[in-house]
Amino acid sequence: MADGPIAFELNGRRVATEADARTPLLDVLRESLGLSGPRFGCGEGECGACTVLVDGVPTTSCDLALDAVEGRRVVTVEGLGTPEAPHPLQRAFLDERAAQCGYCVSGILCTAAALLEREPRPTHARIAQALDRHLCRCGAQPRMLRAVRRAAGLPTEPPDDADHGDTTR
Amino acid sequence: MAAGAAPPPVRGFVVERGDGRPQLPGSLHVNRRLDRWLSFAEPGVVVAFTGKAELGQGILTALRLIVAEELDVPIDAVRIMPASTARGPDEGVTSGSLSVQDGGGALRHACAEVRGMARARAAARAGAAVGTAGATDAVQAARATGTGAADGPGDPRDPGGPGDPIRVVDGRFVHADGRVLGDYWTLLSDTDLAVEYAGRHAPKPPGRRTLLGRARPPRVDLPDKVFGRPRYVHDLRLPGMLHGRVLRAPSLRARLASPPDAAIAALPSGVRAFVDGGFVAIVAATSVDADRAAARLRDALAWTGAPALPDAHALPAYLRAAPHEASVVAERGDATLPEGGTVLAAEYFKPYLAHASIGPSCAVAHWDDGRLEVWTHSQGIHNLRDDLAKALPDVPRERIVVHHVEGAGCYGHNGADDVACDAALLAVRCPGAPVRVAWSRADELAHAPFGSAHLVALHARVDDAGRITHWRHAHWSNGYSSRPGRAPVPALLGASQREGAPPLPLPIDPPTAAGGGSQRNAVPGYAVPNLRVTGHRLLEMPLRTSAMRALGAFANVFAIESFVDELAGAVGEDPLAFRLRHLADDARARAVLETVVARSRWWRDARPEGVGRGLAWARYKLSGAWCAVLARVRVGESVRVLDLDLAVDVGTVVDRDGVVAQIEGGAVQATSWTLKEQVAFDRDGVTSTGWASYPVLRFTEVPRVTVHVIDRPDEPSLGAGEAAQGPVAAALGNAVADALGVRVRRLPLTTEHLLQAIHADGEGA
Repeated sequence: MADGPIAFELNGRRVATEADARTPLLDVLRESLGLSGPRFGCGEGECGACTVLVDGVPTTSCDLALDAVEGRRVVTVEGLGTPEAPHPLQRAFLDERAAQCGYCVSGILCTAAALLEREPRPTHARIAQALDRHLCRCGAQPRMLRAVRRAAGLPTEPPDDADHGDTTR
Repeated sequence: MAAGAAPPPVRGFVVERGDGRPQLPGSLHVNRRLDRWLSFAEPGVVVAFTGKAELGQGILTALRLIVAEELDVPIDAVRIMPASTARGPDEGVTSGSLSVQDGGGALRHACAEVRGMARARAAARAGAAVGTAGATDAVQAARATGTGAADGPGDPRDPGGPGDPIRVVDGRFVHADGRVLGDYWTLLSDTDLAVEYAGRHAPKPPGRRTLLGRARPPRVDLPDKVFGRPRYVHDLRLPGMLHGRVLRAPSLRARLASPPDAAIAALPSGVRAFVDGGFVAIVAATSVDADRAAARLRDALAWTGAPALPDAHALPAYLRAAPHEASVVAERGDATLPEGGTVLAAEYFKPYLAHASIGPSCAVAHWDDGRLEVWTHSQGIHNLRDDLAKALPDVPRERIVVHHVEGAGCYGHNGADDVACDAALLAVRCPGAPVRVAWSRADELAHAPFGSAHLVALHARVDDAGRITHWRHAHWSNGYSSRPGRAPVPALLGASQREGAPPLPLPIDPPTAAGGGSQRNAVPGYAVPNLRVTGHRLLEMPLRTSAMRALGAFANVFAIESFVDELAGAVGEDPLAFRLRHLADDARARAVLETVVARSRWWRDARPEGVGRGLAWARYKLSGAWCAVLARVRVGESVRVLDLDLAVDVGTVVDRDGVVAQIEGGAVQATSWTLKEQVAFDRDGVTSTGWASYPVLRFTEVPRVTVHVIDRPDEPSLGAGEAAQGPVAAALGNAVADALGVRVRRLPLTTEHLLQAIHADGEGA
């Protein structure tokens, strides 16, 4: 385990923290580094509310030790875009009003951003599968799926035969 | 509570208040002063106050539309202030799908009054004759019909009408001759709004509205949430803030087996522990320290003394056998079943359900200089303040200020009030330092109140002409409300766990006239001449229960609308036609059913093996929104929902997309409840403490949802938030029965319960 501060890139800036190496990344982001986008939901990596991108890969930050991101590139929802220069997904989520309480949204935006980075025009099933690790209790999933489709430049309504992630059909 | 009993003199249930004062629209009745609702102190900005809480339902956005509509100011000029006990109206609890109706209704009338006052000033400047005579009558007429006043075209005494020389454009009063007579801010600059609403100026009639039902402004709260900016109570960071955790007893009556003195002594320096009876908590400088200390102390605690919980697998039998209070909810004709006709009887069951918000409950409290300030995502900040004062006898109520700050999704009485109490109990022990308490995922799933388990027994007779002649309904459940502010003792978990503290009050049922609790929607919406509906409210509470979205309506509508399908099947009639024949007196019910069927793209499609369709409807609370649902499912090893089509009638639509969002979200959540959810517990406590043991619907399981909104601008607005819950459950049950050929009467519709139903059907055949 490294002594001294642990450094990594956060939303394009190099940061260093004296926090204990075993501290969950989520606590470091929220408590030491003053972010509010990544959110605590379960502490066990099961709901996705704390999801950030680590070297472009969606990763739950509540069950990831700080030293695991040493020297790596971390992007949170704050790093995707700003009100002045929103990420296409952020603009689409606002346009589609794609949230109810919104608590799950910052993690979902990170995962969706990684998906569109890899697959600019994903099928409906691929979007649902990519987001399947995220829980939304308010039932805003239909809107979020529409928003991701809109951000990808696809028609917001899925084709009639789309059955989301169902592969048995 | 027996039917017909006088409503309790408490805040929160919306009933006609027999206080001798003229009934004013919505929440205006108890918040009559205009300055409690509106301020024009900041030029160019209309500040509107609300006592209702943004729960993610978009109420701030809807209220903003109402204000902009009634004042004719730009939507962007309206700023809605979050609820606080320090200012603005006391609107009780944000519950019952009443915020647009009561909070919006009040703001609409307050705005109309202020607009009229400003117009009078403008007219004085113009030297024009203004007509307001008769407006009070117009307001009375509008109230009676739920519409605005509509005088004839060209009537000069009709402010805002075609004959009125003064128009309001973007907040400015413009004369027909082109003169700008002033704007709200200049015209009202020396007007005292600290006056009671007098009803002198009627709201706009429907024909003159330009925004309601049409405009789709951005959601007020969403930009912060989409850009990750601080918005939730979880994001509050106050200087010197400490972090508290409470180590909860496994069940309501468990007590510590021995004082955990040694474990407390072993905690790191800087961590303070507090033990008061069964209330065990720690406070630390950082959340990380707090989590670590809580984990260490939790392992050292031993609990004892709790009576065993009921057998989770025999809950229907438990509900029938437990001590209860019986009451007659409704009775007409003679419900004794005569000989002959087709008679059916069936029982339906709903398990305990968890709110299961994605963000565990959180609050901050600050005790400083004899004053307690609390930041909370409670639905009822005034009620919470009442109960905090009961829980802290040394802190007078007037020294407590409670602010609403948004939290994660709220679907009823969850842990919000409890965590605020936790924070307050710790704050008074840490004077001068704000204390933030956050619950764990396990706390949220195990210790927040649940929606009660609920058993419904139905018995009905259909005569040879196919008419339902007799209907008997009985249900058994805990009460559906144990919100703070309504009992002599605090209804706050932490307060009840302290040494010598009284136990939590038993949940009650609001009066039927106020929508009821367990008896909500227990009376079917059909013309049935002979009917008897009885309720049985449990007088013990093994698992803590309170208000959860739709209350008893979820189980009652599931039962009633499933049973109606069974009755239609027994007499060999199409379920839609059977329903319509019994709805001759309810045109709006027929309209939602006929609309949803007529506009469905798949209802008439052929159904391959394993695919079924079902429909259901209800009018929420028998006084709220009408909602009809069509469901299409495929049943293999488990149930997959393919489509949900819904039609809803909420009267005057305010924010159309907001209505769609509430119905859509309600439908998806109800699908989750119906297919997957049940609180698991053993004899010692709740065992569904994580997402693996309390699964909810996932993205790949979400059906296609289509919502049709029937706008009725001449009818009063009705809330949309809870209308879909019961009808969705029943439509899914009916679709599963269509696919399987076997009726599943026990929720959730899991593989286990499907197999039980199939086996029972095989044995009975």
